[in-house]
Amino acid sequence: MRREAPRHPLDYLPIAFPGLMLVVFFVVPFGTMIAVSFFRRDPAGFYAPDFVFDNYARFLSLFFANVLGFSLFLAMTVAIVSVALALPFTHMLARLPRKAQVVWLVALLSVLSLSEVIIGFAWSTLLSRTAGITNLFVWLGIMEQAQALTPSFGAVLTGMVYQAFPYTVLVLYPAIVRLDPTLTEAARTLGASPLKAFFTVVVPALRNTLVATVVMVFIFALGSYLLPQLLGRPQHWTLSVLITDQAIYQSNMPFAAAMAVFLVLVTLGLVAMTVLIGRKGEA
Amino acid sequence: MSGLALQNVVKEFGSFTAVKGVDLEVPNGTFVCLLGPSGCGKTTLLRMIAGLDLPTRGAIRLGGEDITAVPTHKRNLGMVFQSLALFPHLTVGENIAYPLRIRGIDKAAQARRVEELLAMIHLKGYADRPVSKLSGGQRQRVAIARALAISPKLFLLDEPLSALDAKLREAMQVELRQLQQSLGITTIVVTHDQREAMTMADTVVVMQAGEIRQAASPIEIYRRPADSFVADFIGQTNLIEAEATGGVASVLGVAVPGLTLPAGGKALLSVRPEDVHLTAPGGSAVPATVTFVRDLGGTIETFLDAGGRQVVAVSTPRERPEVSVGQAVGIQLTAEDCVVLKS
Repeated sequence: MRREAPRHPLDYLPIAFPGLMLVVFFVVPFGTMIAVSFFRRDPAGFYAPDFVFDNYARFLSLFFANVLGFSLFLAMTVAIVSVALALPFTHMLARLPRKAQVVWLVALLSVLSLSEVIIGFAWSTLLSRTAGITNLFVWLGIMEQAQALTPSFGAVLTGMVYQAFPYTVLVLYPAIVRLDPTLTEAARTLGASPLKAFFTVVVPALRNTLVATVVMVFIFALGSYLLPQLLGRPQHWTLSVLITDQAIYQSNMPFAAAMAVFLVLVTLGLVAMTVLIGRKGEA
Repeated sequence: MSGLALQNVVKEFGSFTAVKGVDLEVPNGTFVCLLGPSGCGKTTLLRMIAGLDLPTRGAIRLGGEDITAVPTHKRNLGMVFQSLALFPHLTVGENIAYPLRIRGIDKAAQARRVEELLAMIHLKGYADRPVSKLSGGQRQRVAIARALAISPKLFLLDEPLSALDAKLREAMQVELRQLQQSLGITTIVVTHDQREAMTMADTVVVMQAGEIRQAASPIEIYRRPADSFVADFIGQTNLIEAEATGGVASVLGVAVPGLTLPAGGKALLSVRPEDVHLTAPGGSAVPATVTFVRDLGGTIETFLDAGGRQVVAVSTPRERPEVSVGQAVGIQLTAEDCVVLKS
């Protein structure tokens, strides 16, 4: 389809509203945040307008580098685990009768309606020693004694994957439904077992979608700050937790803003790199 | 060695029976077309032969061996899908090499075989192109080459040419038939196009509502249709009612010379338009009136009204009937022009 270039200023009218929204709700707050990140903290009050690099300088320490590294590692792990679970699940879901698909999708959407707080407390109960699933294992005779599975890295990962899973399925679903089912059948007639057909045809044919989904879940997981606190130990806290801590409890807006700006820059860099690698593979 | 044999194959989807007890023998090296209107069960039958659907009852044998329960990927067959199902993430060469790669054949042998197949389908030098950059006919050829890469015993095609335009389709029909004859491979094609079936097949299997109506050579199907469905589905025909008077068939009270019918019986005759000969009215000719003449240049179709029933006669320009609309004429029927259909 060929698009005609806009000839009249009025032709731009349809994008005026989204443009305005983007300016009011993204450009202005983000600009404010960048400005604040260069302000000077006023311990007596809040902050005073200035242009100093102190906030960024403070950030350049081993401690914050570790937290940043852990945040990126956690978000990437959540993204990869979610996609690895959601891909076979969605592939099977797309093959179910229409009615069963609707039931599953509604169930997944209802998980989205749960707040992060509820998910966090639900999992911390479920993984606790006194009321958790280990009691069930003891009752079944699989385990000797009930254990606390939280706080731990596994608990943080479980909670975050649980939260990200419905998003992952909903993003993958349209692409998988559109995938020609005869591709798998063709692979089978050509000698591939169903499992081999899945890995040699379905996964490579969905490559770009999978990369895009990993990026989306990665960014989604990077912003999580409640679950690491509810289900993890302090060493499992992400940069988002520290930003919240600085902004709300320490009242250090300029430093929180500086960390947030830095996180955004690192994220953008990683996404750009992923897209570039994806392009290279395509050519 | 025996080829493919279907024994009382039944396929039910819930309460709907798609294939109702099909028996079919396909000797090695023959080209069979499954022909029928959409929904007649021909694709379901092919999918069962491929192992993509399991028969509800019945057995499928290949080379004397029961393969009914053998999974698709162990049947070592080649199949071309209606959508072609070329893998979009692979190049032409990688698509053709896919069945070889899956079987763990070494890279050098794969490359040699791909070159051979590309030469066979006249696409030399296309190995590194993405499949999205090919034309419809080229994609068609790549799908065929991919299916034939392992030199399968059985070659299955599901409406393989339906996506091509008319001219290309006719050319591909001839090419496919020549390819099959040079390889001597047992081939089964599903189609709803009777011209396609007539062009390619050794045996045409006409199906309707999940049953085989007739399985015979194209010319026999055309000259000796088993029933009115086959007669009507294959080419054009005139269906004319006849009754027996004194052991001889008569149409509208005029006896057809040499055509016998059991006494007192009624029958339906199939007369091909090119077998309808026009003469002067009277005598042993069935009376009719000309209602319309369509002169197509290559052929002339004369529409007639015989006792309220429409009859079409087709003639070549050389034997152009000198008739005009409204003229009374006679239709001269002979025994060899009429096929008595099972009622």
